[in-house]
Amino acid sequence: MGDPATVGAARAALADGMIRVNVRSKRFGGTEVLGPVAFEIADGETVAILGPSGIGKSTLLRIVAGIDTDFEGRVERPERMAIVFQEPTLLPWRTALANLTLIHPELPEADARRMLDRVGIAERADAFPTQMSLGQQRRLALARAFAGQPELLIMDEPFVSLDPATADTMLGLTEDLIAEARPATLFVTHARSEAERLATRVLELGGRPARLLPAPSDPKGGSS
Amino acid sequence: MTDTRVVTTLSLLGLLVLWVVAAALTADPQILPSPVSLIGPFWQELRSGQLLYHLSQTLIRVIWAFALAMILGLALGLAMGRSERLNRWLDPWLVVFLNLPALVLIVLCYLWIGLNETAAIVAVTLNKVPNVTTVIREGARATDPDLDAMAQVYRMSLLARLRHVTLPQLAPFIAGAARSGVAVIWKIVLVVEFLGRSSGIGFKIHMFFQLFDVAMVLVYALSFIAVMLVVEWAILQPWERRVRRWRTA
Repeated sequence: MGDPATVGAARAALADGMIRVNVRSKRFGGTEVLGPVAFEIADGETVAILGPSGIGKSTLLRIVAGIDTDFEGRVERPERMAIVFQEPTLLPWRTALANLTLIHPELPEADARRMLDRVGIAERADAFPTQMSLGQQRRLALARAFAGQPELLIMDEPFVSLDPATADTMLGLTEDLIAEARPATLFVTHARSEAERLATRVLELGGRPARLLPAPSDPKGGSS
Repeated sequence: MTDTRVVTTLSLLGLLVLWVVAAALTADPQILPSPVSLIGPFWQELRSGQLLYHLSQTLIRVIWAFALAMILGLALGLAMGRSERLNRWLDPWLVVFLNLPALVLIVLCYLWIGLNETAAIVAVTLNKVPNVTTVIREGARATDPDLDAMAQVYRMSLLARLRHVTLPQLAPFIAGAARSGVAVIWKIVLVVEFLGRSSGIGFKIHMFFQLFDVAMVLVYALSFIAVMLVVEWAILQPWERRVRRWRTA
């Protein structure tokens, strides 16, 4: 395993709100999937990780999120985090409202209802996720992510299985929510258009084992 | 729904008719008394308080053994389903206990612990724990890793995770283990009472068996079957419907 202080170590972000990711290596069995990958995310910045499927983007996200702690390197991440998966990943046995209030126990019910209203599913508060359309489930997953006022928002190809029209609506909604809450955001996608529309900075992952490719593009000039 | 109820009722009536016909054909109340001839002894045992006393003794043992077996089996099954390492170590034990005849465990418990209540309940519990563990382990292996990841990132408390993420996923397995658990446990409780207790339905059956009193054996056995059916219909089935509500909603 190695030095326990550096393997999968997580530490609260420093006062500057900077999120620092420094992965030296990640292996599955004997195969090295990720080589050295290091980057930082400033407070309020949206960073997109772009790369073909199977390159290790999701693995990198899981390391940053703290789900996967079996790697060499170090990640400094804040306390309050939110994640949006490819699938809605809701609690199907609890109502839409309970999906917010159970995961954020400190959130008052009125605020939870306001959040549902914000993503456009106020009238489905008492519905079970199984009764909702996939689009509504994704809206609920977004509401859950933003309800906790995260310092770091992580999104794993959140629009991948949607039809183009729905994907565009969801992209717009996500854009608005990020602009309102301004969390540091890290999201992975294989669609360059998505990355360039949402992100202040795009990092490209490539090669085997995967590492960051040089010449990062800067679609919004680093400002926003 | 009403259709199945009609069928259930007719089917049970058919069993009763079969009994009446068989009793008439045997024509020997010593061997097979007719259902009607049981009403007298039943009423007599009910009025003397004997029936209710022994029913309650058995029921208390069933509840104890059931609760202990479910709690231990749930904890063990969850741990083994989650940790492949623990599973590798404990699985051989599980196989041994699964194949240990109930009678052997009961006799050993009585020999080692003594002819007392503790031994009786421990014996029944140990008989049931391996089954519950096996069922729950299957459920724990089938839990959704994405939901665990979600709960972890959102820093849900351990208690909240258990209650709202893990247990709901296990609910069908818990319900299955509970239903087969009750069915098996009350049968083993009767054997335990038969062998080494001085109260309970099993004890009474043992007594009337030695007196060759078939009528009283049937009175006690059927009374307890009735109680267990009420438990099944009034408690287990409604509870199962409640935890499945989200599936059918």
